[in-house]
Amino acid sequence: MEDTIAAISTALGVGAISIIRVSGNDAIEIVNKIFKNNNLKEKASHTITYGYIVDGEKIIDEVLVSIMKAPKTFTKEDIVEINCHGGIATTNKILELLLVNGCRLAEPGEFTKRAFLNGRIDLIEAEGIMEVINAKSEKSRELAINQLSGSTSNLIKKLRQDILEILANIEVNIDYPEYEDIEQVTNSMLTPKIENIIQKLEEIISKSESNKLIKEGINVSIIGRPNVGKSSLLNCLLEEEKAIVTDIEGTTRDIVEGKINLNGIILNIIDTAGIRKTEDTVEKIGVQKSLELIEKSDLVLYMLNNNDSLTEEDVNIIENLSSKSHIIVINKSDLETKLEKSKFQHYIEISVKDNKGIEDLKNKILELFNFEKIETSDLSYLSDARSIALLKKSLSALLSAREGVFNNYSIDMIEIDIKEAWNLLGEIIGETYQEELINQLFSQFCLGK
Amino acid sequence: MKYEIIVVGGGHAGCEAALASARKGHKTLLITGNIKNIADMPCNPSIGGSAKGIVVREIDALGGEMGINADKGQIQIKMLNSGKGPAVQALRAQADKVVYPKEMLKTLENTENLEILESMVEDLIVENNKIKGVVLHNGDEIFGEAVILTTGTYLKADILVGDTRRREGPHGEKPSMHLSENLEKLGFKIVRLKTGTPQRIDKKTIDFSKAKEEKGDDKYLSFSYDIKPNYNIEDQISCHLIYTTEETHNIIRKNLNKSSMYGGLDDIKGVGPRYCPSIEDKVVRFSDKEKHQLFLEPESVYYDDIYLQGFSTSMPYDIQEEMVHSLPGLEHAKILKYAYAIEYDAIYPTQLKQSLETKLIEGLFTAGQINGTSGYEEAACQGLIAGINASLKLEGKEPLILKRNEAYIGVLIDDLVTKGIRDPYRLLTSRAEYRLLLRNDNADLRLREIGYSIGLINEDRYQKFVDKKNKINELKELLQNNKITPTKDVNDLLISYGSAILKDGITFYNLLKRPEIDINFIRNFINIDFDNDIIEEVEISIKYEGYIKKAEKEAEKLVNLENKKIPSDINYDEIHNIASEAKQKLKEVKPTSIAQALRISGVNPADISILMVYLKKEYNRG
Repeated sequence: MEDTIAAISTALGVGAISIIRVSGNDAIEIVNKIFKNNNLKEKASHTITYGYIVDGEKIIDEVLVSIMKAPKTFTKEDIVEINCHGGIATTNKILELLLVNGCRLAEPGEFTKRAFLNGRIDLIEAEGIMEVINAKSEKSRELAINQLSGSTSNLIKKLRQDILEILANIEVNIDYPEYEDIEQVTNSMLTPKIENIIQKLEEIISKSESNKLIKEGINVSIIGRPNVGKSSLLNCLLEEEKAIVTDIEGTTRDIVEGKINLNGIILNIIDTAGIRKTEDTVEKIGVQKSLELIEKSDLVLYMLNNNDSLTEEDVNIIENLSSKSHIIVINKSDLETKLEKSKFQHYIEISVKDNKGIEDLKNKILELFNFEKIETSDLSYLSDARSIALLKKSLSALLSAREGVFNNYSIDMIEIDIKEAWNLLGEIIGETYQEELINQLFSQFCLGK
Repeated sequence: MKYEIIVVGGGHAGCEAALASARKGHKTLLITGNIKNIADMPCNPSIGGSAKGIVVREIDALGGEMGINADKGQIQIKMLNSGKGPAVQALRAQADKVVYPKEMLKTLENTENLEILESMVEDLIVENNKIKGVVLHNGDEIFGEAVILTTGTYLKADILVGDTRRREGPHGEKPSMHLSENLEKLGFKIVRLKTGTPQRIDKKTIDFSKAKEEKGDDKYLSFSYDIKPNYNIEDQISCHLIYTTEETHNIIRKNLNKSSMYGGLDDIKGVGPRYCPSIEDKVVRFSDKEKHQLFLEPESVYYDDIYLQGFSTSMPYDIQEEMVHSLPGLEHAKILKYAYAIEYDAIYPTQLKQSLETKLIEGLFTAGQINGTSGYEEAACQGLIAGINASLKLEGKEPLILKRNEAYIGVLIDDLVTKGIRDPYRLLTSRAEYRLLLRNDNADLRLREIGYSIGLINEDRYQKFVDKKNKINELKELLQNNKITPTKDVNDLLISYGSAILKDGITFYNLLKRPEIDINFIRNFINIDFDNDIIEEVEISIKYEGYIKKAEKEAEKLVNLENKKIPSDINYDEIHNIASEAKQKLKEVKPTSIAQALRISGVNPADISILMVYLKKEYNRG
């Protein structure tokens, strides 16, 4: 059985539509895991299905999925192609989901290689394919090296070393059980160690994801009832920062109209069309549309008027914001207070008219995304889909180890998961050398006849 | 004189090789330097241990002798790691150093088609890269269609003590002086390795009251699947545990430069095993450790030698006296044999095929320490495989190559021939990727079928195995077909086991998946009348089903890659795009499958992709 492979097959960020191609025995099965609306397993070959790519409950994108079953496909294997909405962030996120759910990132030229090996491509092309593989892997090796700064790979190395020491201790208990002077690793001893590594790993993942946000930008929506000052705020932000204001033709629906460079961090203001043209988001677009907009945003600025009381719609939408990064922005602080501010724990008061509080808002955004911390530590956390997927798989192996400890499984069973976590981290930095463990065994412990 | 198969060496590898070949009906000659030393144990008086114990079970499953012989001669036996999971449990026995060789010699002498000759082999007869026979030290020639070299540490062996170097093997035996030179002349790359052994102490002079007693298990155990244990638990002989003292360490530090390895000799080339450092190595490398543990292991019930495990050294005799006398309980101990280090020649093992036939000379096989391994069990299993494959070759059949997911034996041989060695190779459980599949309990389920088809397992033993398999299925079905319903009594009992109560009825099979539930719990509800080995097998396969399935899925991928064969006539120079380092390694190892090629260090996935495309293009296989 061959691995199922996945890769983005269109140039990233160029076209309006991106295609992610998945090939292999489990292609349909894996895509189905992250697909909502229809059961892809029941679809006939060479059909297209409409639906959503989801991460758990969260909708990532609206997509069209083409199912092509073996053998009448490019690789002569089952192929699924996901047509999504082009943006770098979305496309990468979908790829990451595929990798977490069991795909392997295709090696350079691997689809073509499979096509050839499965007899789909002419023999004459073989030499050419070999050259392509060679050239592309050279290129990707270079890229991979450039991608990881010394400090990031050191971080992973450090974590692997921590895990390795646990592994070596377990191994030595197994291979040299008669050594009474070597500490026996017990489940209770393991718990804090695993916790500690999980915590570190979660930190790396969260930093990597915010780093991804830094590179690709944060999708920000400004929502509120008419005349609360949404477009004034937008213009104010744009003007003040003298930022890039371009009309980027994005997708059919996600209209990224403004890009703001906030201390080096890109804010993609989405659906500014709604903000600018109608000035009445809530009423015209309706609550439903606002919720959809919220779904697509990494950050929501919900604007209220200091001079008005809360409406039912406000309450309704704000309730839906609880699981989302959001800032309650109260405008018109220069006017008389009629708003029930006591209902909110946190909010930022501004007056766009007097240009007051804008700085506070900016700081709040930076604070929310923890950017200060990242900036002072390391800006080059892992941000490609493959690395994040490997980090997440490693984390899930550790969580499974923790569960094993909880269920009181024997140490050698728990070690299976710990070793997997260690191997996955190794893949990120290209270290999968088995001898490492044996070397550690003999350097950490004194054994012999 | 003419034989079909000639085995050179009568150690653990040689015995298995000769038995396998003779039992398969081939006229076999075993040549040994000294018949008295057949199946000798020149080092520790034990068989088995972590991973190694499982190898002994595998040897037994395939129809080898080590398990049966060890059961005959054991004076203490234990299941190691019994507090841990099923994947890492392994048997270890103290084997009587008188009984083990005696019983093995008896078996050899009673085996049809097998002759033993006491002599020393110094050269090989080779024509057109094919083996034709061997030349003895007196110039006599013996002809054979296949030759298996199992020379152990006897190739140009040097015993090292302090500043002296003597050309001799263990027990002062004469080594083979010219065989390794002649192998070199034939084109083999020879490496020099080193190992060592500790002192033997007179039991009567040890004060055991200062040591901690280590008893055997109070449960009957055996290596062989076919032998019911026939010893008395109470009659087992104990080992004892002591620790080195500060004085011991001071003596070692003060005299360090007298050790052969630390200046006593300046011409040491041999690479010693990392897992077997001498006591001086331990004191130097782990200088912050206050004490090191040592085991006092009985060698036999027929004589008084106690093996001082953990104290191997190459110090001169007078310093060894001082060192030994600094140990608790050994203040007045009499040393019967001094510790020594030994240097010897070995063949760099990437020169072998996975069948253990050399790539250079057809019909020449090597097994055991000559291939750079260490340990009786490692040697024996290679001997068995070499014996089987030499026979299969004569029969015109495909060799037996065990995969890494099938047996530790497969892991060991693949490691040797694919990765080569740095120091004498010891099997460790961590070398196996699919440890959970390679268990002590299921060696027969993995390999007995193979042993039977090769012809080393007779009908009688095979039928027993078939019955066992049927019983296993029977018990599984019983557990699957019966349900437990959540009555108050049931839930109360579950609570007393620390288990969650039931809301709906579930099968006993699924209930058994809970870590805290065992077969005894289930016995409260249904009658389970099965042997313990059946119950053990079923419990393991149910309890660890999730983990096992995951490992099997991984292993399936491996098998798929193993099945992608690389033809032996491939010309790597024709493949332009493969990196030169990878090309070099591929030419050296000559992997037989894509999976093996992937395991070679220095060969990366892009090289493999190119190789696969090339294979498709040239041979139309992918």
